[in-house]
Amino acid sequence: MLGFVIQRFLQALVVMAVMSVIVFCGVYAIGNPIDIVIPPDATQDIREEAIRRLGLDLPLWEQYFIFVGNLLQGDLGRSFVFNIPVLELIAGRLPATLELVLISTVTATILGVGLGIYAGYRPDSWVSKTIMAVSVLGFSVPSFWVGLILILTFAVNLSWMPAGGRGETVEILGVPWSFLTLDGLWHIVLPALNLALFKLAMMIRLARAGTREIMLTDTIKFARAAGLSEATILRRHLLKMISIPIITVFGLELGSTLAFAVVTETIFSWPGVGKLIIDSIAVLDRPVMVAYLLLVALLFVTINFVVDLTFALIDPRVRKGAGV
Amino acid sequence: MSAHRTPFGWFWTEFYENKVAVVALAVVALMILLAVFAPVVSPQDPYDLANLSLLDARRAPGFVGSGGYTHLLGTDPQGRDLLSAILYGLRISIQIGLAAGFVALSIGASLGILAAYLGGRLEVLIMRIVDLQLSFPAILLALVLVALLGQGKGQLIGALVAAQYAYFARTAYGAAKAERGKDYIEAALATPLSGRVVIWRHLLPNCMPPLIVVATVQIANSISLEATLSFLGLGLPVTEPSLGMLISNGFPYMMSGRYWISVYPGVALIILIVAINIVGDQVRDQFNPRLRR
Repeated sequence: MLGFVIQRFLQALVVMAVMSVIVFCGVYAIGNPIDIVIPPDATQDIREEAIRRLGLDLPLWEQYFIFVGNLLQGDLGRSFVFNIPVLELIAGRLPATLELVLISTVTATILGVGLGIYAGYRPDSWVSKTIMAVSVLGFSVPSFWVGLILILTFAVNLSWMPAGGRGETVEILGVPWSFLTLDGLWHIVLPALNLALFKLAMMIRLARAGTREIMLTDTIKFARAAGLSEATILRRHLLKMISIPIITVFGLELGSTLAFAVVTETIFSWPGVGKLIIDSIAVLDRPVMVAYLLLVALLFVTINFVVDLTFALIDPRVRKGAGV
Repeated sequence: MSAHRTPFGWFWTEFYENKVAVVALAVVALMILLAVFAPVVSPQDPYDLANLSLLDARRAPGFVGSGGYTHLLGTDPQGRDLLSAILYGLRISIQIGLAAGFVALSIGASLGILAAYLGGRLEVLIMRIVDLQLSFPAILLALVLVALLGQGKGQLIGALVAAQYAYFARTAYGAAKAERGKDYIEAALATPLSGRVVIWRHLLPNCMPPLIVVATVQIANSISLEATLSFLGLGLPVTEPSLGMLISNGFPYMMSGRYWISVYPGVALIILIVAINIVGDQVRDQFNPRLRR
């Protein structure tokens, strides 16, 4: 087991190293970063001085090693636009994204599992068919379009909900949170719903497929023969048996929800990292782009590492066959 | 079953039993026709500046403009007839979706089949890269690539291909790996046929069914991804508005109740994507041996 852990950990390190090269080359080598830093009317001297100061006159591999050296000391550079350290900038925006992502993933999971179990338990009722139709829509309709329709319906036509922003926030340990105030909670409903819809559709499908399969097994037959009530069977046996794939997908989806938050945050002007990256891409604020990408890569590598280890713990076959 | 039926005839008979899928297929065909013949069927050329008047801008559906005809779906912020803009936008969206889908299919299928056929280190290397990419969300990859490559049709297609080829590679690899172990491939390899002929004539055709299924889904996905990127302002240049960009253009006016500028292009987009997905679902069910009667 220890060998497996070490092997996977080394693999994760290699992946991170490769990602850092790709991101660095992709973001710094394409185009000319100097044009954004220096006003176009600067003299040749100022220009060369700035190029030297930013280390852009060095060969690319040397720039990369300086970049990695700084990175390991926790220095990701300063934003060209905001002129504050990138790490500070991202850390300031992260809570908004985290609260949005967590609220929508947790809601989607609880709701999706409930609805999915129902749809699998009574596959022929019209309620189940409606649930499945909604899940098909959740899969195929692009999420930005759902966001637009939510704004149009609930914010513009009905005027029930705010169309954007975080609303009132409460500071805890110096970090503002929206979900602790009524106004903030009210602001979070639409964006969270928007972000949750795709996960909801996926959770419904997973739970439904699992339920349909497990309801036919001997476990359930024996539980029924033992005289357990249907509610107890569902709660104590079924839920336990379908939870493994659901927990896995929950973990994996946490990362991709973070990616989709880019779209939702832009539509609802939610001031998180997703909105920050879109704004940074628009003005080519390279240090912010690099930091965000590395952060996401780190997150994905970590999640995959944890998922691999969990599988290895549950299933001994994974430990042995460490090939492709 | 009459003996002279072709596999295609067979396939079609089964497809025809699902009326929803038939309607969806008809809708897809109609939208492709509308897109191809957009210059002929649309009431106005939305890019001919001589036709446009700012007096006609942002008018509600049914407005009779200075051109003398009725704008059935209203007009956009530049005074373009929205119906015409949608037809031209459909043309660009479908073009990009098909181009990205087919290029991703060729690259992905080649990599997957080569990995399965050659085996060894190359197999491990290719599939590692593919799996690594599959664990990373396609939308982020496309977003960053478009931002780095700049605006333009070629760049956008490139970004979509880079974000999507891995799905084809995975599918082709799975299918080719299973076929590779079967006796008919061994038998073909034992004859003096060259490896290339075996791949083209025996391996590839037998990997096609799952690839076709993935292709339908991925074409819908690349249309949707392109729309998302354009909505975020990262897709095509303003001179080539796809459906996503039309939606994006109308977004600021939504707050003041001028819903149609965003909503109608969106409806066209949704109908297209949902119809392709329904067709894809039916094709998948028909190719799935487990559901065979």
